[in-house]
Amino acid sequence: MELILNIASWILMTLGGVFIFVGGLGALRMPDLYTRMHAAGITDSIAPILIIPGIMLQAGLTLASVKLLAILVFLLLTGPTASNALASAALLAGNRSEQVKPTAVSESEE
Amino acid sequence: MTIIFGFFLLTLLLITAVAIVQSQNLFVSVMLSGMFSLLLAVNFFLLDAADVALTEAAVGAGISTVLLLSALAITAKHEKAPSSSREGALIIVIIATLVLIYATFDNPQFADPNAPVHQHVAPWYLDKTAEAIDIPNVVTAVLGSFRGYDTLGEVFVVFTAGIGVLFLLGTQPGPFAQSNPYKLTDPKGLRHYLIPRVVGRMLIPFILLFGLYVQFHGEYGPGGGFQAGALIAAAIILFALLEGEDSALKVIPRSVLIGLIAGGALLYGVVGLFGIFLGSNFLDYSVLSSNPVKGQQMGLLIIEAGVGITVTGVLLSIFHAFAARGKF
Amino acid sequence: MELLGIYHYWVFAILLMIGLYAVIVKLNLIKKLIGLSLFQSAVFLLYITMGKLEGGTAPIVTEANANGLFSNPLPQVLILTAIVVGISTMALGLGIVIRIKEEYGTIEEDEIQEIDK
Repeated sequence: MELILNIASWILMTLGGVFIFVGGLGALRMPDLYTRMHAAGITDSIAPILIIPGIMLQAGLTLASVKLLAILVFLLLTGPTASNALASAALLAGNRSEQVKPTAVSESEE
Repeated sequence: MTIIFGFFLLTLLLITAVAIVQSQNLFVSVMLSGMFSLLLAVNFFLLDAADVALTEAAVGAGISTVLLLSALAITAKHEKAPSSSREGALIIVIIATLVLIYATFDNPQFADPNAPVHQHVAPWYLDKTAEAIDIPNVVTAVLGSFRGYDTLGEVFVVFTAGIGVLFLLGTQPGPFAQSNPYKLTDPKGLRHYLIPRVVGRMLIPFILLFGLYVQFHGEYGPGGGFQAGALIAAAIILFALLEGEDSALKVIPRSVLIGLIAGGALLYGVVGLFGIFLGSNFLDYSVLSSNPVKGQQMGLLIIEAGVGITVTGVLLSIFHAFAARGKF
Repeated sequence: MELLGIYHYWVFAILLMIGLYAVIVKLNLIKKLIGLSLFQSAVFLLYITMGKLEGGTAPIVTEANANGLFSNPLPQVLILTAIVVGISTMALGLGIVIRIKEEYGTIEEDEIQEIDK
């Protein structure tokens, strides 16, 4: 039983680490602010979902697991909100993306 | 394995520090300094300093970044490239680094039990806390009771910084205030951002609750007055960012802020004076109750509350002073 | 363990000098303040590194681990105070920088010295 728990937590944490690496690589290599934030958003959402249950399996059924669950909920609430706020602020400051070609509808609005 | 992790974190610290100094865009420097504080907090945690890690994360990565950003909004966004040559300073700095590195070879071994720092006072504090004060967190015991006089001085330093900023900046908008830089239809706070407002409003009560938990749990685990003050101030600053500074001033008016700043330091001093009135020394908490151990615990509770109140008041006043000056 | 310990001290020395370089060479006042805070952080790292004890844990003495080894609580108390004092001085320094900007119109040190002549 110990072995299964250890292997499961090891797999979860490694997968979380892989996603964090992917997010970091995307944040470096993407051409534009919005695509970079899309890549970095992976670090906010899927990585804690994998890593924190991995740690919870190591901690067992103690108070520490409840605290870790609270941390997970907090991260899942604030991470995407921060990405949204950043993207809204960038849009408001006039940071237009070169990746998006304006369509006919939005040209007629401007 | 810890060795590899330790090396990795320290190297990240160095790289971040070089990036902070090299970057010409001040906004990038400020964001990287927040990241630097967080990395430093993780390093502190690895070195078994839980209280210090909590304080560095709350104060360094949280409050310091907000204050620097508010100042940046009023002053400048980019720094000018230096025109004169700087090789002289670089050579002096490199020579000083090499001298320091040569000196580190004489330092005691890392985590050596025979190092002089572990010999004299520290074992005495670790034993004496259990019999004289009987709380688990030795750092809070030393901070509040054994070295309580230094902490009184620190509360007065925080108080002085608060009133210093209030003297310098006051409460009225300054000459660089721009009231609607992005031509928003409703410029108060972030009123047109829906998602951060909803999520922020949901989280603020929990941040306040966590701040209170850290305040009163400081005797049993990492925590205490400084961290709690920074957390509660951060919650109100979040409210001010989301709903507008006027709403935050309705929640905690300026008169209450001044009362908080002075009241916390006054509380600490009064507890010290009570020691004299009840027949013992200044800041001796043993006489506060018939049982000296209970007296110590009660004294610690009250002075930590005083510290938390002053730190909250000062950090909030400083934020409101910066925000009112720029009126954003 | 010895190499990790030496590396901590080297990082302290290099961070100290990076902060000092920023204070001396950079002309922008806010950059100088940020360099000062880097300097302070290096000193914090030195003290907390010296407090670590091999095999010790954080100095929280409960009944369960009353007989264990604990890391030194004294540097942590000093650095707790130092961190809060550091943020206070930085806040006051930022207030002064804001006032300088309003009076002189710039926060670059050479331009301020020009205006002062």
